[in-house]
Amino acid sequence: MAEAQNIPVGSTTAGSIAVAAESTVATRMSAPPSFDVADFPVPHGREEEWRFTPLERLRGLHDGTAVATGNGVKVDVQAPEGVTVEAVGRDDARLGKAGTPVDRIAAQAYSAFEKASVVTVPKETVLTEPIRIAVHGEGGTAFGHQVIELGAFAEAVVVIDHTGDAVLAANVDYLLGDGAKLTVVSVQDWDEKAVHVAQHNALVGRDASFKSVVVTFGGDVVRLHPRVQYAGPGGEAELFGLYFTDRGQHQEHRLLVDHNVPHCKSNVVYKGALQGDAAHAVWIGDVLIEAKAEGTDTYEMNRNLVLTDGARVDSVPNLEIETGEIVGAGHASATGRFDDEQLFYLMARGIPEHEARRLVVRGFFAELVQQIGLPDIEERLIAKIEEELEAAVA
Amino acid sequence: MATLEIRDLHVTVEADNATKEILKGVDLTVKQGETHAIMGPNGSGKSTLAYSLAGHPKYTITGGTVTLDGEDVLEMSVDERARAGLFLAMQYPVEVPGVSVSNFLRTSATAIRGEAPKLRTWVKEVKEAMERLNMDPAFAERNVNEGFSGGEKKRHEILQLELLKPKVAILDETDSGLDVDALRVVSEGVNRVRETGEVGTLLITHYTRILRYIKPDHVHVFSAGRIVESGGAELADKLENEGYEAYTKGGASA
Repeated sequence: MAEAQNIPVGSTTAGSIAVAAESTVATRMSAPPSFDVADFPVPHGREEEWRFTPLERLRGLHDGTAVATGNGVKVDVQAPEGVTVEAVGRDDARLGKAGTPVDRIAAQAYSAFEKASVVTVPKETVLTEPIRIAVHGEGGTAFGHQVIELGAFAEAVVVIDHTGDAVLAANVDYLLGDGAKLTVVSVQDWDEKAVHVAQHNALVGRDASFKSVVVTFGGDVVRLHPRVQYAGPGGEAELFGLYFTDRGQHQEHRLLVDHNVPHCKSNVVYKGALQGDAAHAVWIGDVLIEAKAEGTDTYEMNRNLVLTDGARVDSVPNLEIETGEIVGAGHASATGRFDDEQLFYLMARGIPEHEARRLVVRGFFAELVQQIGLPDIEERLIAKIEEELEAAVA
Repeated sequence: MATLEIRDLHVTVEADNATKEILKGVDLTVKQGETHAIMGPNGSGKSTLAYSLAGHPKYTITGGTVTLDGEDVLEMSVDERARAGLFLAMQYPVEVPGVSVSNFLRTSATAIRGEAPKLRTWVKEVKEAMERLNMDPAFAERNVNEGFSGGEKKRHEILQLELLKPKVAILDETDSGLDVDALRVVSEGVNRVRETGEVGTLLITHYTRILRYIKPDHVHVFSAGRIVESGGAELADKLENEGYEAYTKGGASA
């Protein structure tokens, strides 16, 4: 069900629908998931999960040479009343429950963090204000672990903001109780030298809804690994992503939705714009429908808009289906250049070039932004997109 | 009185690694209030003329001049030409995903008029113009040309013509692909603009059908990259009866 593809020079778009007895999604990783960094060999760059990533720019996160410094990141959690915020030790039972590190850097983060932050929304608590987590880089290196747990039928919005300069490897766990509703907005608005590698693990309870909005603008290298599994039937996951990759930036989003129980839904939409020399965006969208996951309904889409020459996109949707008893499964990926005919049409109506470009890019993101459903976040994103475009024009 | 003057215009296009001359010396003067029909067979260069005047980057001007009230049009960028008063209604208007018709129209009107139209009068102005073209108000909330039928695209072009009030309007095969009802609605829109007496119209068409609704003052036959005959409305009747054969024989590649 791959759509017609419009592919500029210097990009790849590959898709596959596999019907397999053995999961290639799992087996193409170099090592099985583990909490121990020693279980993963140091990557050399040709492994399937590392082949797009510039290892030399990871500042040693991948080979054990990165060491935590005192001035890593400052984390500030602002939570409404009724929410518990704790700093806990490595032995806390809630850590690692949502998922296990799948690559060496996630395992490195798990092996190296000292204190984890656990934010808990008790059962049946419905928050009217978001929980805000500010992660500010202070120039050093840090390993982090964050847990956000919602009890049964709790509802919350969490906004995680990453700013400043840091080398950060982290795991973020989202635990959703039965019938819980969690929206998480993770904004990567780093300074230009920052390196950020993280695995996001969501464990979606029975009849629970998880919505993830990943927004990546800044940093030198950002490599995120949002993953979803279900703890019971009736769960829903929406994974939205928006990135704006500028000159020299590497922004990589590797998603996995593991339909491991019956009657769950997932919908993945990631959109990115790229501009400038050596801007590189990577999108890997893995969806696995296990044999027991009857009644699954899933769709994933990635769209890229290449605004200038010299940018590169690698977009790889991968849908693996082990049962035919499903409601629906589809994927689409398309990468297009900025359309000169659109520009001509708008300019022929008197609209100056920079304004015409802005209209087209805003239009490209508009549909996705509208799906977020949080007006203040939507406004902020639109403002940020405008800012990126202004920077490009200047 | 606004005047568009085209003198000895030569235009080339790059195709298959070769440079091909499409326009081979076009001379034409269009004055405000006049309607000129340019008729010719496929491949004669009619659309190239339209897009060259609007400034499409695909075409290279290799000779000649184009002026609007003495100003050098060829020196202007695409948007400057539009703001100077040139309008091109396109044969194949492109989709602009995520940009609503209302946003597009207002952005365009703001650029052309030099200031944002007052919201209240603007809403009324658009609503009335849409009603005259039998367009559903919901149309304004759709994305520009996305999923539009052929007739809707052409109505949308004429809606812009009515709102932007250019000095010179170039209509590139606005009649193609329209059924009789849509053709009538679109022609009525063009006539409303013509009746103001403030626009010079360059009507580019392959067929004589639209000339039953829009009466030209001048008819020009276009063949092999230039105007080969000019006359009054009666020339269109001759073409209706005899076709283009008389002009395409003798080496012109149509």
